[in-house]
Amino acid sequence: MTGPFSLARFSPLRKSAHWPDRSFRWMALLAVAAIIGLIGLVGWQLYSGSRLAVEKFGFSFLTSTKWDPVSDEFGALPFIFGTLVSSLIALIIAVPLGIATALFLTEMAPQKMRQPAIMVIEMLAAVPSVIFGLWGIFVLIPWLRDHLFQWLRDTLGFLPFFQGPIYGVSMLAGGIIVAIMILPIVTAISREILRSVPKLQREAAYALGATHWEVIRIAVLGYAQRGLFGAAVLGLGRALGETMAVTMVIGNRPEIKASLFAPGYTLASVIANEFTEATSDVYLNSLFELGLVLFALTILVNAAAQLMLRRLAGSGPGKVAG
Amino acid sequence: MKKILALAAWAALTASVCSAQMLINGAGASFPQPLYTKWFSAYAQVDRSVRFNYQGIGSGGGQKQILAETVDFGASDGPMSDENLAKAPRPLWHIPTVAGAVVICYNLPGQPKLKLEGGTIARIFLGKITKWNDAAITAQNPGMELPDREILVVHRSDGSGTSYIFTDYLSAVDQEWAEKVGKNTAVKWPVGLGGKGNAGVTGQIQQSPGAIGYVELAYAKQNHLPYAAVKNAAGHYVEPSIASVTAALASATVHDDFRFSMVNAPGAEAYPIAGATWLLVYGQQKNPAKGQKLVEFLQWAFTKGETMAAALDYAPLPADLQARVLKQVQAIKY
Amino acid sequence: MRVVLGLCALLAAAPLFCVLYFLVREGASALDWNFFTQLPKPAGEPGGGMAPAIVGTLTLLALATVVGVPVGVMGGVYLAEYGHPRANGWIRFAADVLNGVPSIVWGMVVYTLLVVPLKSFSAYAGGVALGLIMIPLVMRTTDEVLALVPQSYREAALALGIPRWKIITVIVMKTALRGIVTGVLVALARVAGETAPLLFTALGNNFWNQSLAEPIAALPLQIFTYAISPYDDWHRQAWAGALVLMLMILVLNLAVRLFARTKTVR
Repeated sequence: MTGPFSLARFSPLRKSAHWPDRSFRWMALLAVAAIIGLIGLVGWQLYSGSRLAVEKFGFSFLTSTKWDPVSDEFGALPFIFGTLVSSLIALIIAVPLGIATALFLTEMAPQKMRQPAIMVIEMLAAVPSVIFGLWGIFVLIPWLRDHLFQWLRDTLGFLPFFQGPIYGVSMLAGGIIVAIMILPIVTAISREILRSVPKLQREAAYALGATHWEVIRIAVLGYAQRGLFGAAVLGLGRALGETMAVTMVIGNRPEIKASLFAPGYTLASVIANEFTEATSDVYLNSLFELGLVLFALTILVNAAAQLMLRRLAGSGPGKVAG
Repeated sequence: MKKILALAAWAALTASVCSAQMLINGAGASFPQPLYTKWFSAYAQVDRSVRFNYQGIGSGGGQKQILAETVDFGASDGPMSDENLAKAPRPLWHIPTVAGAVVICYNLPGQPKLKLEGGTIARIFLGKITKWNDAAITAQNPGMELPDREILVVHRSDGSGTSYIFTDYLSAVDQEWAEKVGKNTAVKWPVGLGGKGNAGVTGQIQQSPGAIGYVELAYAKQNHLPYAAVKNAAGHYVEPSIASVTAALASATVHDDFRFSMVNAPGAEAYPIAGATWLLVYGQQKNPAKGQKLVEFLQWAFTKGETMAAALDYAPLPADLQARVLKQVQAIKY
Repeated sequence: MRVVLGLCALLAAAPLFCVLYFLVREGASALDWNFFTQLPKPAGEPGGGMAPAIVGTLTLLALATVVGVPVGVMGGVYLAEYGHPRANGWIRFAADVLNGVPSIVWGMVVYTLLVVPLKSFSAYAGGVALGLIMIPLVMRTTDEVLALVPQSYREAALALGIPRWKIITVIVMKTALRGIVTGVLVALARVAGETAPLLFTALGNNFWNQSLAEPIAALPLQIFTYAISPYDDWHRQAWAGALVLMLMILVLNLAVRLFARTKTVR
């Protein structure tokens, strides 16, 4: 499916002298240029907004753990840490679950169940972040605090991740909420990937006498490995930028702690909380720089995911949604 | 295309549903928000041609947005620093409205009435005292059964005047706090987790057993959270109330620019963690029509509005200060 | 094995049912006539409603459509009808990457571009922020559905000597209209619940918005404010608001299903 219509090669029509034609084409070209322009615009805005902080803190901004509006000293490390850790927790939960769900839907589920199940997953994708946050505050957090976290501390308490006081709002709660939110995209992309595994693969494996499970493990999963990795990376791209739900359950504390029960903070949350009220210029510039870090992170991760998935789909537009 | 036009028409329609009223926007402190929203909804009945939209985004936000002139007035509980005032394009005035108490509330079984002194509060918020049954707390509360529970400190995650008043007080009573943390609308908290707005902190304390935090009195009262009696400069344990805030207000010296601090006031009856809250308005209004409405409203606020304060646990300004502020309000040019 | 995978699928679907159950349980009781017709009440006073927020969300979506759809659709037209294969690949790639930019970043950018220079938070700013988020989504779906229009249509029209812009607008786009509308609805459903970009742009408003240059209320903003508040009454309203918002989004999604003859890939 390459874009232009093959008739573009008909020379009289290629460069039409007809002015409505020309202006229509220009309009379309402008609209496309807007995409490139927008990426540039966002990058430039964030960069120019953060110049003061870049000059003042230089590279130490990324390694400093100070976030002190009184002395006007700012560092991004706790937020980068919080963003990565909460996203990682989300991936650890959502990727296996998403792939398992996709496997179930493509390989195991009775025909009748498939469509409704797919619809349910799609509906999960439609729930806005703020509603997950609301549910997180009033339903999820109390349950985590009184049941799951207690159980984790009792059984896995020897690990540094599950020690210390339990408040409910925590890095782990943030990760769990994000996991729920990226589950639909991971499931949907995994399903696309699994469905694209050629029938021949499976049949060959069966012919060699493999059991159903071996077929899935070797022929299907083995074949789809790279694509599934791409799905996971795309999920990561989503997780990094989750804002509202995380802000409502993570505890908003810029500190690096081993315990997942401790409150944390993410790049997106600190911007949501402090962007409208940073009174000093350096403070505001630091927030812009956090935005720049977040933007760069998500661009890189998304680009990597798209490239992985595209390579699989061959040339042309991969049937991949962002 | 038709759909887009239809939608645009719908947008235009909704925008012109009711007769045109002026909208004056303000944003800032969440500390006086219960009172301000009350004022604005009452004033909507007094003058139907104008509406005041107030969003409690935090005092830091109020200061920043009035400097950027994205709102018509700001609101802050901490007075602006000289450095920030210097950034204003035109003279920016502080108009004190009411004073209120910042109370130490907590979530403990049986909701006991605690007594606390400044040094203990500072040590809790410094992370030096981590258990509710710590000797320092039990010593001040003889005969009280305090649980062997982790203390969860809750502070503000946004730039807040409530934090300003609270850290101003802690800096005044505790050397270590003054050196390590200091006072500001936003500080680097040694421990604890952040909630957005007075409302967010109150909600967080309600949700978490063992939590301690600081909020404006009205929030604690409306939500039936217990709060501590705090030892004042004269050595008495004082309950936060309108009377004890008024006593603190009586001993404060108010300069001509109306920026003043009233924490740890010397009076025997004075509650130590109290502060005034200010509206931030430009002395020279850009938009004459809006400026006129704003001045009219302020005059109403300092006559009729002040009488609503007590019902919501804010202390109205003393009569002599009210008169001075009214003079300042009348000097606003538009 | 089948059982284990089935349980995983159940576990994946569980949060949705849990969220929906609580939305209905907590929200339905607060839904009454007042909720849809009244202004919000001052903090701590019972009663009041979210009428401005409901209308505000619809207004913001209309503005977002005006901003995002023309650019998105025209971009899709370029990709499908004019572009060169190699350049197209890159542009599609860029659109997909842009799609992954966190919405809060859009809020920051629109704040600096519109709110600060115009010296006011406004419905426009909120609409632009949401519209910008829609552009790459609409562009990609338009691009895909136009490519599905059979080549023979274009050839036949060309043979009749019809100018190319007319072929595209009258024949190609009309044929693919369902798909385009579906794409727009999908994008609208996605931005309807966005909160983060509205924090610094639309700001929120306790009254009816009477000019698009003024701050405007929006359901997601109001849900956020009420959710973190300490008032029980506001919590109930937050649940009710969330239920209404969720229903809006579900209606949009149902519309997508009704419109979409062919399954558009998301």
